[in-house]
Amino acid sequence: MQAMDKIIEIRNLSFDYPDGHQGLKNVDLNVYPGENVAVIGPNGAGKSTLLLHLNSILRGNSTVKICGLVVAEKNLKEIRKRVGLVFQDPEDQLFSLNVFDDVAFGPINMGYSESEVRQRVVRALEWVGMGGYEQRSPHHLSVGEKKRIAIATVLSLAPEVLVIDEPTSNLDPRSKWSLIELLKQLPMTKIIATHDLELVRALCGRTVVMDEGKIVVDGNTEDILEDVSLLKAHGLAH
Amino acid sequence: MKHSFIDEYSDLDSFIHRLDPRTKLIASLAFIVAVVLTPASNWRVFAFYFCIIVALLVLSKLPPIYVLKRSLVIFPFVLMIAIFIPFFKEGEVAGSYNIWMWQVSVTYSGLLILANVVAKAWLCILGLILLSSTTKLADLLKGFKQLGVPQVMILILSFMYRYIFVLVDEVMRMQQARDSRNFGGNRLHQLKTIGNMVGTLFIRSYERGERIYAAMLARGFDGQVRTLHKLSFRQADAYFGAVFCLMLISPCVIWW
Repeated sequence: MQAMDKIIEIRNLSFDYPDGHQGLKNVDLNVYPGENVAVIGPNGAGKSTLLLHLNSILRGNSTVKICGLVVAEKNLKEIRKRVGLVFQDPEDQLFSLNVFDDVAFGPINMGYSESEVRQRVVRALEWVGMGGYEQRSPHHLSVGEKKRIAIATVLSLAPEVLVIDEPTSNLDPRSKWSLIELLKQLPMTKIIATHDLELVRALCGRTVVMDEGKIVVDGNTEDILEDVSLLKAHGLAH
Repeated sequence: MKHSFIDEYSDLDSFIHRLDPRTKLIASLAFIVAVVLTPASNWRVFAFYFCIIVALLVLSKLPPIYVLKRSLVIFPFVLMIAIFIPFFKEGEVAGSYNIWMWQVSVTYSGLLILANVVAKAWLCILGLILLSSTTKLADLLKGFKQLGVPQVMILILSFMYRYIFVLVDEVMRMQQARDSRNFGGNRLHQLKTIGNMVGTLFIRSYERGERIYAAMLARGFDGQVRTLHKLSFRQADAYFGAVFCLMLISPCVIWW
């Protein structure tokens, strides 16, 4: 495929944390539209650090291109509209006093009109099966509900890429599987960082294994999940 | 974990609940000012204001027991400040006691002031309970904002209310973890442990702040806070405001 087709293009990305700890080492990653990519790896492998680059929260010393746009100050708004980043802890994602304000936060920042914002909020909440929750306060919700609304807060921006950090952490099996079903319904490109291999198998055709800030393997999910010695070597099986 | 919230009964539906937050804010402020400005010996006026607030509380359908319990919270603070007034105020002596080597006396005018302070504080807190239990905090903050309170203050209050319970949960989990490892030892050791907990809590909160900020950035936050305006004055607000103000002023007319 040509370069234009790549929805995310990362070349030789390295990133050091301010304390000198290296987060990412020479990461190359191309993602094409419609793909569901799982990023797996042990704790501290650099998964979250990588995700934060996709939305330009962190910027390493390399070119990251999103939908052909170079990550730079002038493209920030456009990039953040196209890449929706959902953080691991919904308590961080949901910072407003009610669900409506949280889901509306992105669209309002993008400068949409009031009626457009309202429409987007309603649509996003319906998409995650949380219609009618507009006036509830986040601290009264269950973890599963919080996770869904956290996803709605970026769906309201109608992103082309959905980037989710640990969507199934802290969920009981029933909530987990209903969340996986929800993610399956969403048509956009998805990049999911997780330890949950059941989620990976159910949702993602392609898997990227990371360890110590590097991409170790990048390939077909089936093949990688069959390769027990590979999984063992990177703390993903025992 | 479950906590009781300031706006616990703000989900109920009543005439008072439906009023615009700004109407309620201004009415509460006016009520407090009126109560505070009432001269100490004017008991009829206090009784009158008490009737007003009770009438409004009944209208608002709040559970009376809940309101009563909430309102008692103020007393320790008021008493702590005002309890000594009867002993120091000069005037006609109501009673004189010998305590060990001191002789203390209580004066009528001092007692009057004490009663007055308690009554005023109680009326004010009833007014505030009515305000905070009939208005969702989000709406209250919107009201504040449209009345010209700086955005920074609104943000701080809103984040505080959103995260205070998250923090309380964190503290409770830390306490449980500490107790399950048999918290004990001498005083110094205990103090050290508590010091560590406070430090840990600070660092965790700081890091949470960073993550929240990142989550805001990820959704296009650029330092400008924008909100949809959706508060609207209705006719009911105008009527309520007018009637309420007339009632507040009426004692001056009737009894002076």
